[in-house]
Amino acid sequence: MRLRALAVAGVLLLLVGCGQGSGGSTGADSATLTVFAASSLRDTFTTIGEHFEATHPGTTVRFNFAGSSDLAQQIVQGAPADVFAAASDTTMKTVADAGRTATAPALFAKNALRIAVAPGNPKGIASFADLARPDLKVVVCAEGVPCGDAELKIEAVTGIDVQPVSEEPDVKSTLSKVQSGDADAGLVYVTDVAAAMGTVEGVAFPEAEQAVTDYPIAVVQDSGQAALAQEFVALVTGPAGQTVLQEAGFLAP
Amino acid sequence: MTTDRPAPRVRRSDDHARGVALPGLLWVPAAAAFALIALPVVGLVLRADWARLPDLLLSESALTALRLSLETAAISTVLCILLGGPLAAVLARGRKRWLRWIRPLVLLPLVLPPVVGGLALLFLLGRMGLLGRVLDTWFGITVPFTTAAVVLAQTFVALPFLVVSLEGALRTAGDRYEAVAATLGASPWLAFRRVTVPLVLPGLASGTVLAFARCMGEFGATIAFAGSLEGVTRTLPLLVYLERETDTDAAIALSLLIVVVAVLVIAIARPRGADGLR
Amino acid sequence: MTDPWLSARVLVRRPAFTLDVEFTAEHGEVVAVIGPNGAGKSTLLGVLAGLLVPDGGEIRLGDRVVTAPGLHVPPHRRGVGLLAQQAMLFPHLTALANVAFGPRAHGVPRAAAEARARELLAAVDAADLAHRRPARMSGGQQQRVALARALAPRPELLLLDEPLAALDVDAAPAMRSLLRRLVRAERQTALLVTHDALDALVLADRVVVLTDGRIVEQGPTREVLARPRSAFTARIAGLDLVPGVALADGLRTADGTTVAGRLDGVAVGEPAVAVFPPAAVSVFAQEPKGSPRNVFPVRLAAIEPRGDVVRLRASAVPGGPGWVDGLAADVTPAAVADLGLEPGMVLWFAVKAAETAVYPAR
Repeated sequence: MRLRALAVAGVLLLLVGCGQGSGGSTGADSATLTVFAASSLRDTFTTIGEHFEATHPGTTVRFNFAGSSDLAQQIVQGAPADVFAAASDTTMKTVADAGRTATAPALFAKNALRIAVAPGNPKGIASFADLARPDLKVVVCAEGVPCGDAELKIEAVTGIDVQPVSEEPDVKSTLSKVQSGDADAGLVYVTDVAAAMGTVEGVAFPEAEQAVTDYPIAVVQDSGQAALAQEFVALVTGPAGQTVLQEAGFLAP
Repeated sequence: MTTDRPAPRVRRSDDHARGVALPGLLWVPAAAAFALIALPVVGLVLRADWARLPDLLLSESALTALRLSLETAAISTVLCILLGGPLAAVLARGRKRWLRWIRPLVLLPLVLPPVVGGLALLFLLGRMGLLGRVLDTWFGITVPFTTAAVVLAQTFVALPFLVVSLEGALRTAGDRYEAVAATLGASPWLAFRRVTVPLVLPGLASGTVLAFARCMGEFGATIAFAGSLEGVTRTLPLLVYLERETDTDAAIALSLLIVVVAVLVIAIARPRGADGLR
Repeated sequence: MTDPWLSARVLVRRPAFTLDVEFTAEHGEVVAVIGPNGAGKSTLLGVLAGLLVPDGGEIRLGDRVVTAPGLHVPPHRRGVGLLAQQAMLFPHLTALANVAFGPRAHGVPRAAAEARARELLAAVDAADLAHRRPARMSGGQQQRVALARALAPRPELLLLDEPLAALDVDAAPAMRSLLRRLVRAERQTALLVTHDALDALVLADRVVVLTDGRIVEQGPTREVLARPRSAFTARIAGLDLVPGVALADGLRTADGTTVAGRLDGVAVGEPAVAVFPPAAVSVFAQEPKGSPRNVFPVRLAAIEPRGDVVRLRASAVPGGPGWVDGLAADVTPAAVADLGLEPGMVLWFAVKAAETAVYPAR
């Protein structure tokens, strides 16, 4: 998870201003589909990718999971992506405004926040208001990151000032601070709690519905695999993809 | 009265000196290397939104981050000197044979990706960490998310720069002057204070500059270990990383600020430019 | 009979040789240690200074034992000063601060230390250098300041490791007379390592000759240098020496050659050395007629101009005696021209028996 941050930096260096990268291979028998997806989609999209490869023999799906805004920047600078799945409307808008989308973005999922705590909830956190307790170390995503924006929206709506000890650059970092025990609570997505498989426990809170994050998906302009990309989008928005997403905790679009 | 000849002095190169010419071919890769270093910075300068620059750089978050960066880097650099100086002396002059195994380990923070270093610090000093657990239960002290954690992360990554520079200078200087000092009656500590340290000040200075610059630029270990919160742990590099999500111009402006501060530090500390370890 | 002030027994095992020496010195005495390179002289000084730990032995200074099995007093507590070939002045300190360093290291307050420093700088004719840094001094000036620095803390024993070797021809005599004034005349106990007989004669009361880690000769300076008993000492003293067994009228060498000379305190049959000055050797291009005594064939190895005489160095000729290797003969420059001397030529050396002394080899 940390190394992903490094991978982002490395990819950024290589791809910025580099023009077309290797892209997909153009052999008749094998094709590579490059999908840029928000990090909160890692587990679900990996599964969907495997499904896609099974139904499209000879195709390899290559993922680049990172923060949505990083990915948006890369695509705007010309990174060789075929599909972009973002964790916020604003980042997708950045890409669309730059003329880098080939299709109109389609909403394929929604995600709501959930409080992640240590298994057994030792600090007895039961509500969003509890997060303002002075004895708690709470971590959130930073402003500008979709889950951070959602958290701030909830703060504004409820009038509760959480006073986190750290504003992490992406949701996985936030989660890992809770997993390592250094933070008592973290505001992450429902899907992250589910994917953590018991290393954290989730505390639902009603205000989460006030700041649900939209997840749009679009085919990227000048993709070398436009047809395949369309099919991938169709898979994600279709019943098979939706099942995977909702089983992981995403809300229907 | 005496006819002593003056001892040979080091001459500055002048236009008349020829000596052995530098192979002309070397200029080509040298120019490429310089371009690799300089052009990205030039790119930043050209891309910057100069109209917005004052607002961006004088914003509260920017000034807070700048002050935090300078304070933590200064403290970390001092720590590097206080800890790294003796380590360099031991490595350069110590006579135990097992020291040769320690020497490569000192380079670890250079070789580890900084984020991995931050993780390692977390496993040691985090609330569930080896030492952190003790600190938390017995003293109620937690290290992550504090400014102290920033200092620790910076010191961790910058120590090798200081140790390696200083160790090199100490080795080159040799210990003959210290032997003379001993025959004059100086205890090992006095010889260290009045002979060793003054003689390696140039090496110490260049090591300090490197360490400070590394502290100013430190990101991975800081964010993994200390977190990111304005005024507490969000140094300039962390602010740049945050701003790039929303406001690219701000990120570029802050990056330029880091470059300017680094260049200032180098210029102040080594005004004669590349004079080697003299 | 009181015990000598300095008594040293030193054993150091090195890959090239083993240093195994035992000697003494009285308080206030200057002892010269001479020997070829690699004989162990610097090792000996290192052990005395406390910078090297010997493999065995004991060193006593006055009533203090500073080195013994299991005991090693570190250099800064020995009271042993060191002046080497290189001045090694601390580059970052002025001459005054350099000289004051020793007293201050012993706890003397700054004012008193600087006063002592000025006193010594004046004694070495370097008072005007007090505020200069070493980089701006000549080699001779640096060495004078270094002497002042070594003397400043009043060391009980002063070690001088070829102090004049790095000085040029102009600076050496001044330094030599400084050493004579400040070391010998002040009765500073000192050990002087040197290659130069003149240094030994001017500065030292006694001489110790060290070869391959062992002492081969020792005694009062004039005596040792006037009557050398080993080839190396003879070389230093500028004399020729031939080892062998005493005969009634001279000496028989190992290969059976007879060298005629005057016996002096040696009985027939005793191991002896025949010593003569190079001036006592006549040089011939052909074997001289009439077979005078002490005529030996040599090959000319080197020609060394020495002011108004030329010293010829010999090496062995196949079929001739082997002990002529290194023998010296003094001739006039005119003779060199007349004989057309060139290295490699075969010559005949004739040694005047009247100027050849044969005495015990011991």
